[in-house]
Amino acid sequence: MEEIKSKNKTDDSRHYGEFGGQYIPETLVNELHRVSDAYNKYKDDPAFLKEFHDLLNNYANRPSLLYYARQMTEDLGGAKIYLKREDLNHTGAHKINNVLGQALIAKRMGKTRLIAETGAGQHGVATATIAALFNMDCEIFMGKKDTERQKLNVYRMQLLGAKVHTVTNGSMVLKDAVNAAMQEWTKRVDDTFYVLGSAVGPYPYPEMVHDFQSVISKESKQQILEAEGRLPDAIVACVGGGSNAIGSFAEYINDKNVQLIGCEAAGKGVDTDQTAATIERGSVGIFHGMKSLFLQNDDGQIDKVYSISAGLDYPGVGPEHARLAELKRAKYVGITDDEAVDAFEYIAKTEGIIAAIESCHALAYVMKLAPTMGKDKIIICTVSGRGDKDVASIAKYRGVNIDE
Amino acid sequence: MSNLAEVFQNKKVFIPFVVADDPDIETTVKSVVTLAENGADIVELGIPFSDPVADGPVIQKADLRAFKAGVRTEVVFDIVKKIREQTQVPLVFLTYLNIVFKYGYSEFCQRCQKLGVSGLVIPDLPLEEQEEIRPSADKFGIDLIPLIAPTSEGRIEKIAEHASGFIYVVSSLGVTGVRDDIAKQKLSETIQRVRKVTNVPTAIGFGIHSPEQAETLAGIADGIIIGSAVVQIISEGGTDLQDKLAEYTRSIKDAISVKI
Repeated sequence: MEEIKSKNKTDDSRHYGEFGGQYIPETLVNELHRVSDAYNKYKDDPAFLKEFHDLLNNYANRPSLLYYARQMTEDLGGAKIYLKREDLNHTGAHKINNVLGQALIAKRMGKTRLIAETGAGQHGVATATIAALFNMDCEIFMGKKDTERQKLNVYRMQLLGAKVHTVTNGSMVLKDAVNAAMQEWTKRVDDTFYVLGSAVGPYPYPEMVHDFQSVISKESKQQILEAEGRLPDAIVACVGGGSNAIGSFAEYINDKNVQLIGCEAAGKGVDTDQTAATIERGSVGIFHGMKSLFLQNDDGQIDKVYSISAGLDYPGVGPEHARLAELKRAKYVGITDDEAVDAFEYIAKTEGIIAAIESCHALAYVMKLAPTMGKDKIIICTVSGRGDKDVASIAKYRGVNIDE
Repeated sequence: MSNLAEVFQNKKVFIPFVVADDPDIETTVKSVVTLAENGADIVELGIPFSDPVADGPVIQKADLRAFKAGVRTEVVFDIVKKIREQTQVPLVFLTYLNIVFKYGYSEFCQRCQKLGVSGLVIPDLPLEEQEEIRPSADKFGIDLIPLIAPTSEGRIEKIAEHASGFIYVVSSLGVTGVRDDIAKQKLSETIQRVRKVTNVPTAIGFGIHSPEQAETLAGIADGIIIGSAVVQIISEGGTDLQDKLAEYTRSIKDAISVKI
């Protein structure tokens, strides 16, 4: 971790190499410092950690399974494939790990209201769920395009008592939902905590998300050692902003023999303008409070991005991923819509698992990677969420009408 | 350091804001000239950004009109060149950091110096992140105009100490846009605290639209900034646009001038 955390400047820990920082409006600076102070105060506090882990285990259904995908392994004929089943968590995705952590910080700060952005709706649902559990007010910001392709999740959030704001600015997807949530935060900071769902944004968010999501790799490391007696050869996870990927990588970053592979959404292709492959196609910029890699034009205007997956079509990536890519510690690959949809159908038929379309970007890469590796090799792929929410849009993609 | 602070000597300063290339180059040039000729002391020119997180709906829509017109950073510099053929009114840019970062801090500041742009207002650049741009700004004499917000408790003095040009005092929480509920007492206290540590002048912005508000707030600060209300007039267009802008500018200038 030292290499990743080491930075160019000397006076703080807000950066990952040149990436990271706190590029935010003055209105939010003090509040963000309060969030950092609270986080640094509680992150090693035994009472906080006890409450966090108790909720993870007894409310969110952790530890999640590390499942040996025998059919898939045999069918692909190469490396042994294990799936880290974050889809089996309460609310159906990894998002709840981080929401529980941040909401506990919010509670300790005396906040009574949670706001959040959401793309696919999984983070919004997780935030609405924990707000209900903690008896806090909750408002979720979601791009109009995403409210349409993820209608079920919108209604789930409303059922849980959250108010869902439809964002009609810009390209009406995740990026615009983050803008709207940040704007809301500048309007009302006193009682409000912004629960940021991905490993992006100003410090300390990328670090909080890393730490709270690292439960994924803490468990998987222990589980694979129990099952195989050794570490895996590769970890594969999908990357939008990068929360489940950073959580899946975290405990292996110093294990140099474990290959770390992040799968970005290439949309209609990395070389088309309908893509969200930030690390492959992006350049260094400053947006959403951080210096990182972004899809942008020569003037620094942020691109409209595209992916079939509402959770991955984000024009940036977390600063730690930008750093891992720069150091070549992790490799990032693009997976197209077609490949992800094929994987969606494949994993359903082969393993009886309906996986989120986001996660299917990682599974699609495993389908390419496993056959190139020997049978003595081991891959762990994170299934970040379940795919019930995607069934309607996959049907539409395939030209099947399942409406009444 | 620029000569912006000198503009504030012996008068209350009016700083209107327009978005460059909204809705086209010619209108922006004409509007800036009209504002200058009718009493604007400094003009703040917005370089549109795809994701203007600090801005409310009026300015967001203006940005969209500018993008429709094909605005680029280079186009904004061309607009400044054309403005400079007709007026020497002090100019500052308002934009987001990524626009300046992508152009190159040094190249951008050098270009500003050459075209006579005195300062930069960058809403997503807090004091703690200024060190990467400051050497370039200092080298080319460009003021980094800091913002102080209603939530800046404990930071006011530190920000003021590092300020040059003027200090942009944000009147209210949230984003830019017209509002009627500006808390005067707190603004007054903030400005008193600024004045204890620096002679750099202050200008209040966010929400101001009427001459009455302008008059009241000019009684507290050294100047006032009006964005959305000016942009709104431009958005309404019409053949009498320049007349309307001239009239509005005079009404604000008259209102704040009685404060001397």
